[in-house]
Parts: sequence; structure tokens; C-alpha cells
Amino acid sequence: MQQLEALLREASDLAEGVIAPSAAEAEVERVMKICNACRYCEGFCAVFPAMTRRLEFAQADIHYLANLCHNCGACLHACQYAPPHEFAVNIPQAMAKVRGQTYSDFAWPSSLGTLYRNNGLTVALALAAGLALFLMMALAKNGTLFHAPLAGDFYAIFPHNLLVSMFGPVFLFVAVALGLGVAKFWRGISAGDPNAAAIAETAQDVLKLKYLDGGHGQGCPNADDASTLARRRFHHLTFYGFMLCFAATCVATLYHYVFGWAAPYAITSLPVLLGTLGGIGLLVGPAGLLWLNVRRHARHGDAAQKPMDRGFIALLLLTSATGLALLAGRDTAAMALLLAAHLGAVMALFLTMPYGKFAHGIFRTAALLKWAIEKRAPNPVGVGSE
Amino acid sequence: MKEDTSSTPDVLVIGGGNAALCAALTAREAGASVLLLEAAPREWRGGNSSHTRNLRCMHNAPQDVLTDAYPEEEFWLDLKKVTGGRTNEQLARLAIRESSRCRDWMRRHGVHFQPSLSGTLHLSRTNAFFMGGGKALVNAYYRSAEALGVRIRYEAPVDRLEVVDGQFRAAWIGQERIAARACVLASGGFESNREWLREAWGQNADGEWPADNFAIRGTRFNLGVLLKAMMEAGADTIGDPSQSHCVAVDARAPLYDGGICTRIDCVSLGIVVNKHAQRFYDEGEDFWPKRYAIWGRLVAQQPGQVGFSVIDSKAVGRFMPPVFPGAKADTLEGLARQLGLDEEAFVRTVHDYNAACRVGTFDHTVLDDCHTDDVTPAKSHWALPLDTPPFYGYALKPGITFTYLGLKVDERAAAHFEGEPSRNLFVAGEMMAGNVLGQGYTAGVGMTIGTVFGRIAGASAAAAATKEGVEHATA
Ligand SMILES: Cc1cc2nc3c(=O)[nH]c(=O)nc-3n(C[C@H](O)[C@H](O)[C@H](O)COP(=O)(O)OP(=O)(O)OC[C@H]3O[C@@H](n4cnc5c(N)ncnc54)[C@H](O)[C@@H]3O)c2cc1C
Ligand code: HEM
Ligand code: SF4
Ligand code: SF4
Repeated sequence: MQQLEALLREASDLAEGVIAPSAAEAEVERVMKICNACRYCEGFCAVFPAMTRRLEFAQADIHYLANLCHNCGACLHACQYAPPHEFAVNIPQAMAKVRGQTYSDFAWPSSLGTLYRNNGLTVALALAAGLALFLMMALAKNGTLFHAPLAGDFYAIFPHNLLVSMFGPVFLFVAVALGLGVAKFWRGISAGDPNAAAIAETAQDVLKLKYLDGGHGQGCPNADDASTLARRRFHHLTFYGFMLCFAATCVATLYHYVFGWAAPYAITSLPVLLGTLGGIGLLVGPAGLLWLNVRRHARHGDAAQKPMDRGFIALLLLTSATGLALLAGRDTAAMALLLAAHLGAVMALFLTMPYGKFAHGIFRTAALLKWAIEKRAPNPVGVGSE
Repeated sequence: MKEDTSSTPDVLVIGGGNAALCAALTAREAGASVLLLEAAPREWRGGNSSHTRNLRCMHNAPQDVLTDAYPEEEFWLDLKKVTGGRTNEQLARLAIRESSRCRDWMRRHGVHFQPSLSGTLHLSRTNAFFMGGGKALVNAYYRSAEALGVRIRYEAPVDRLEVVDGQFRAAWIGQERIAARACVLASGGFESNREWLREAWGQNADGEWPADNFAIRGTRFNLGVLLKAMMEAGADTIGDPSQSHCVAVDARAPLYDGGICTRIDCVSLGIVVNKHAQRFYDEGEDFWPKRYAIWGRLVAQQPGQVGFSVIDSKAVGRFMPPVFPGAKADTLEGLARQLGLDEEAFVRTVHDYNAACRVGTFDHTVLDDCHTDDVTPAKSHWALPLDTPPFYGYALKPGITFTYLGLKVDERAAAHFEGEPSRNLFVAGEMMAGNVLGQGYTAGVGMTIGTVFGRIAGASAAAAATKEGVEHATA
């Protein structure tokens, strides 16, 4: 009888285009039902309050909750049902697996979603291609990688228009691919209409990385159950470093097109100052994150995604290291070599952005926005005061 | 703080839950060297304390996570009521007063508090919830203890005590003798000792041993070995030896460590039948939080120690979601089949109940006027007919939370032998909770007693050990 019902349900689901849940999704559903009967972890983050607004966990809910989870690890160490308990509840791990799946399922174009699965290889190939491309271009153009000092004039090696014609389309593609991917995700979790208050709160949650504070402000676990703010601080360095580098590029573009001021810019100019500060952040931040990542408790997150995480960190490190090296060596004969290396790293970083760890920021932001919208609506589940 | 150089510790703490940790931390803070012996391996450390979520605290004005006020007198009257007077007023008031002072100390050792969890609004005034629950608290205490230099040994189940004339000499683990100047016993009740439970609950008229069908809600390591050892050494006991706190849990709950999430909270929204499909108690007698603790015993008294909580779809979403999915059917017959109940008898029971319902204005947050007429047993409140499919059913079995038998102590937490307090042997937590809680229970009192008497026992043991040190030195 029960089996028949299940078969019938499956048939009607198929007819309505509902996809059977993956093993990773089924696991999130299983553990969320345990948590929903327990609720001890409500104070750590947004996942548990969002959970208590539901009695059932449909696929869309699971995608949403998985991306709302910051993989902080607090609820694993606090869990009375964590392994070796037979319930084997490991929320950060279950969530990470689904998160990885959503990145690839919602990738645009969807055929490239598979790049997530062998992300270490993806990053390696992109890096090799980027480096080879710029080194060969430099060689082809100048016949040698070493040259008389050019007083930092990059455009003597790669003309401005050439760089714009290469990076412009790539940047546009990244924006479109990530935008379409997250738009599909957003539609899937049917998030509702953001209002100003929800947007403001989301901005704060993202910019402060609120949910890496452990709920009590003392941070989240890393190697063991001790709380540390290190992950949040190194992420801030990474995030704001990245943003400053991005800002440096924007200001330089403005200088070029609006004011007609051509590079190289002085050490004390705005683009160089922003780039230097950002570069340092992007060096120290990812270095710290890598250090933490290597020491991370084995049960946090999804081991299969470590190559992706570390590949992304390595690429960020390489980008900032080559950028700072270029700044230091821009008046030397090695500038062409340094420039080619830096541009190769940046190219690889951008090419892999829609198909690698970078997606975490975009998807998490979307999930945080849904939470900020949802929490302002009345709770649909009135469990009473038992 | 004194360096922990000698291998003979000043204070030996036996147990690894909240009471033991509070004792170890306090003794260490007082300058004693401390060794803590936990029977469980590291990953199962913390005893029943790791399943808790809050402690009850007295406060005279709103505090961080506590609303309003919960003055000493009100706390005391609550205790007096739930225990039916089986309590020692002096010790109870000591626990109550200290509960208003202990949270800063707890915070210093890494415990964080959070407002009452969703679905527990009725506790927001009286109970402070641990962020992340009891396991987070236990983790914090172990971390702090390690940092302060408390020596901790896991997989160290003490099986014997050497007590001479009421004075502690040593504890034994197999062939290993561990001496200390003073000792704190904090190794829980005997709730995981199947044999002992069997004996305590006895055999029923049908020849069944009810306790064989019980789930143990907490740790498997509270075997009562040291309770028994102390009784054999002639220690004074307190609390009813045959009683345990017993709630109805999902029949699929694991044998041990099912914790809080296996509770079934829909009893008052429907009916409960036994394996013959007969109702046996007023499901709507009082608010569920006031009644959940009687249902373990009620189910234990039914044949086969099972019950079936049945609701219809009107109740869905009105109670804490259960951890396992219930049986679900569109007809009463279908539900009876799934639950393994006699269809005819079950349908008759439901029809009789439905026909007896006098529906007024349903309101689950008050003792409403929906009740039954002319059906036995009556349902006094929230009596709505079961008429809206799908119907849901959950099989129930008794789950033991803790046992009441304990050791008699005084306000210094000293164990007693024939009315005389021991000079260097102290008791804390579940092992002496019966002094305050001779029977009954109210949420959060277990952790209050464990924290307060854990700290008292730790301080007393440190003082006793240091005094003994002085006596030795001057002898
Ligand atoms: C599911 C559940 C939920 C609960 N929720 C709450 C709540 O929210 N609030 C509340 O106040 N109370 C609650 N209680 C009651 C609470 O757990 C107890 O009152 C409290 O934990 C007792 O603390 P304790 O340190 O005395 O015992 P325990 O925490 O049980 O610790 C006993 C320790 O002794 C060790 N031990 C046992 N025998 C030996 C031996 N021979 N040698 C060495 N070590 C040994 C055990 O391994 C264990 O570490 C709950 C109980 C359960 C089961
Ligand atoms: C936009 C909002 C962002 C949010 C909300 C966010 C959030 C997070 C969180 C919670 C983690 C830790 C969890 C985990 O290990 O998966 C993390 C890791 C990380 N993030 Fe972000 N992030 C954002 C943007 C960025 C950006 C823009 C960058 C860099 C360009 C970045 C770089 C990293 C790196 C390198 C890690 C470490 C990965 C690891 O150690 O495994 N993040 N991020
Ligand atoms: S992670 Fe564990 S302790 Fe936390 S809410 Fe879930 S089941 Fe409860
Ligand atoms: S890992 Fe951290 S962020 Fe994720 S659900 Fe657990 S507590 Fe929340």
C-alpha cells in the first residue's frame, strides 16, 4: 500500500517535472528533520531560524538552506547527534555537498556546470592557458621576455586596446554567466520581493560576514571546538582586498577614458595606492585562509570540495603576489615577464569565476537576501507554546 | 595557582558531566590540583548534561536572555509543588539563591546563553538556554578545564571506592588504585543500568518486565556503579529508589542517547490508545509541558509498554515537528492497519470519542472549553473530533530521563555516613539531586542543582584537601 502510494507520487512528480532528490539533498532533508525536532542550535546562525519556519523541506528549501549555511562548523561540535551517534548529524557537511551541487546545477551555460566537479583541473588548465597566452604574446611581440627598463610602461608590451579587447569580453561573460546562474537559483527558491530594509540587512550580513561570528561574537570553530575570529578576519582581508583591487582597476579605467591620463601612474596615485593596499589584503587574507583551511577539522564541509577551495585560494594568492611583484619590478628588465605572469593569473581567475569557488559569495548573498525577506513575514508555522 | 606536580591529586573528581566539570573547575580555581575521571571515551563525554538545553535561574529583574523576574519565593513554591514537599528547604533555597549568581561564572568558562528556543516561550522567564545546548556547554567546560591545568582521563570508569570510616582514600579502576586527598562524586544516576531498572520497576500482572521496553534518553554510561558502592560502604541515601523521570518517546527512538528530539508532542491534540486500541487517560488534562512527564509512566503501565498517539490533519503544524515521520492514512481503517491495531476496535474507539466531543472555541494556548461528555476516560480540553484526513499515528514507548535515588548531603555537599558528614568525600549533580528533588521535576532544575552543588562540592573538596595538606605538614 505504502509502496503503491510512493510509486503514484513519483509518477505524478515526474509528470509535473519534479526531479527526484539527489542523495545530498535527501541527506539535508533527513538531518533538517532531526534539527527541527531539536532546535538547540537556533542561536548560531540563520539556518536554524529559517528551518523552524518549515515543517517539510522541498528541494527549493534545501537549496536555499544549503547556501544560507556559512560552513562555520559551530553546530557540528555542539551537536548531541553528531557521529559517532547513530543519527550521524553533520549539518555543515550535508549543506556543503548540496551547495557544491547547486553551483554546478545552476551554472550558465549548464553544460559548463561540470567544470565544478573537477575544479582543481579546471583551475590548473585555466592558469596554464592564461600564463602561456600572455608569455607567448609577449615573446611574439618583442622577441624576448627581457628588455631595457621601460619605466613601468605596460602598454609598451601590451597595448591598452589589446588588453581591453581581451579582458572586456571575459569580464562581461563572467558577469552574465554568474548573473544568469544566480537568477535561476533565485527563481528556484522563489524568494519574493526584496524591500529596502531587507536589502540593507543583507548588505550588512555580507559586508560584516555576520554568520561567521558564532552567534555570540567570538567566532566559529576551525581545527577543534574552540571559537576563533581568524576565519572572518582573513576573509575580510581577502574580500576587501579583492574589492580594492577591483576599485583600482575601475579608477584607472576612469582616468584613461574620462580624463585621458595614461598609465603608468605614480606610486602615490589613487589606482596604485588602492591596488597596493588591495594586493596586500589579497595576499595576507588568502594566505591566512589557506593556513586555516589546512588545519580545518576533517568533518567540516565536503572533503571533495577542498581542491576547489584551495585552487581558488591559490589563484587569489598568485594574482596578488604577481601583482605586487609587478609593482616592485616595474622599472626593471623583468617587467614583461612579471606583467605576463600577472595578466595570466588574472585571466585564469576571471575565466574560472563562474565555475569555481567564487560562486559561493554570489549564491550566499542571494540566500541571505531571501532570509532577510522571509524573516520579515509572519511565521507560517505556529507551533504553539509547547 | 599551585603547580600540579605530584601524581596524587588534591582533588579527584569522578564523572564527566556538568556537575563534575563545575566541581573540577571550582577546585582548580581554589588552587587545588585536580584529576577528573570520565567513564566515557572523549566523543561520548559529558553524560546526560550534553543533552540538556537550559537551567532554571532565579532573578529579580530582566536579564540578558531572561524576561521579567523569577524571585526566590516563586522558584521555591514551584519546587515545593512539583516535589509534593519531598525536598529539603535549606538545600533547595541554597540552590535557588546560587542559581542567580552562577551565570557570570559560567560565562567566564566559555558558556554562552541564548533566548528561549522557538516553541518554548513558556520558559523565557524562568530558564536560561545554553547556546548550542548542553554539548556546547560541556565542550566549553572541558576546554576551560584543560586550559587551567585540570588533568582529564577518558575511558576511566571507576568500579570501586576505598572509604574508611567515612573518609575517602582512593578510587579503583580495575587493578589501578588512584589516591587523592579529597574526592567529588558526580557520576550520575543509575538510569542506564538495565538490570537495576528491571529490579526497580518489577514485574507486572501479565508477567512482563516493563523496564525491558524502555529507551534511555541519555548516556549509556550512568550505570550507578558508585551509587551502589556508596550504599555498600554505608552512605546515607535519599530519594525514591524505585522512581524515575519517564516521558513518552517515539517507539523508534534509539536505545540510548535519543535525547530531546524523540519526544512526541501531539498527545493533547488527539487521542492516545493502547495496543488493544483503547484510550486509557485524559489526553487534555492540562497543558502539555505540565503533563508530558506523566505519559512515560502511563505508557509503561499499558500492555507491551506501548501507546499510539493519533491526530488528524487539523493538528499538523500545531506541535513541535516529530523526528520520525508518523504513520499516515486517509482512513481510520488504513491507519489502524499501519499501526498494527485491530481495525474494528480502533474505529469504534475513535467514533465513540468523536461522538462525545463537545466542541466550543478551540484554543490550544488556554485550557479551552472543548471537552468530552459520556466517554471514559474523558478528555477535558482541546477535544476536537478526529474527522479530517489524513490521519497520523505515532507509536510511543517510555523513555527514562533520570532516576531519583541519591546520596544524602548537607550544604557543603558532604556525603553522610549514619548521619555524620564525611570530611573529604563530596557529592554533586544527579547523584544527590534527590535532596532537593525527592520526586517530580520542573524544567531546568537538574542543571541548576548540578551547577550549584558541583561548585560547592569543588570548593569543599579543595578546602578539605588543602587542610589535610596542612595537617600532614604540621604532623
Ligand atoms: C534528554 C535529556 C534532556 C535533559 N534536559 C535538561 C535540561 O534542559 N535542563 C536540565 O536542567 N536538566 C535536563 N536534563 C537532566 C540533566 O541531564 C541532569 O540533571 C544533569 O545533566 C545531571 O548532571 P550530572 O553531571 O550529575 O550527570 P551527567 O551529566 O549524566 O554526568 C555523569 C557523568 O559520570 C560519568 N560516569 C558514570 N559512571 C562513572 C564511573 N563509574 N566512573 C567515572 N565516570 C562515570 C558519565 O560518563 C558522565 O560523564 C535532561 C536529561 C536528559 C536525559
Ligand atoms: C559576496 C559575499 C561573500 C560571502 C557572503 C562570503 C562568505 C564566505 C564564507 C562564509 C566562507 C567560509 C565557508 C567555506 O569554507 O565555504 C568563505 C570562504 C572563502 N571566501 Fe568568501 N564570501 C563572499 C565573497 C568572497 C569574495 C569576493 C572572495 C574573494 C574574491 C571570497 C573568498 C573566499 C575564500 C578564499 C574563502 C576560503 C575558502 C576555504 O578556506 O575553503 N569570498 N566565504
Ligand atoms: S545540529 Fe544537532 S544539536 Fe544542533 S539543532 Fe541540529 S540536531 Fe540539534
Ligand atoms: S555550520 Fe554554522 S552556518 Fe552552517 S548551519 Fe551550522 S551553525 Fe549555521
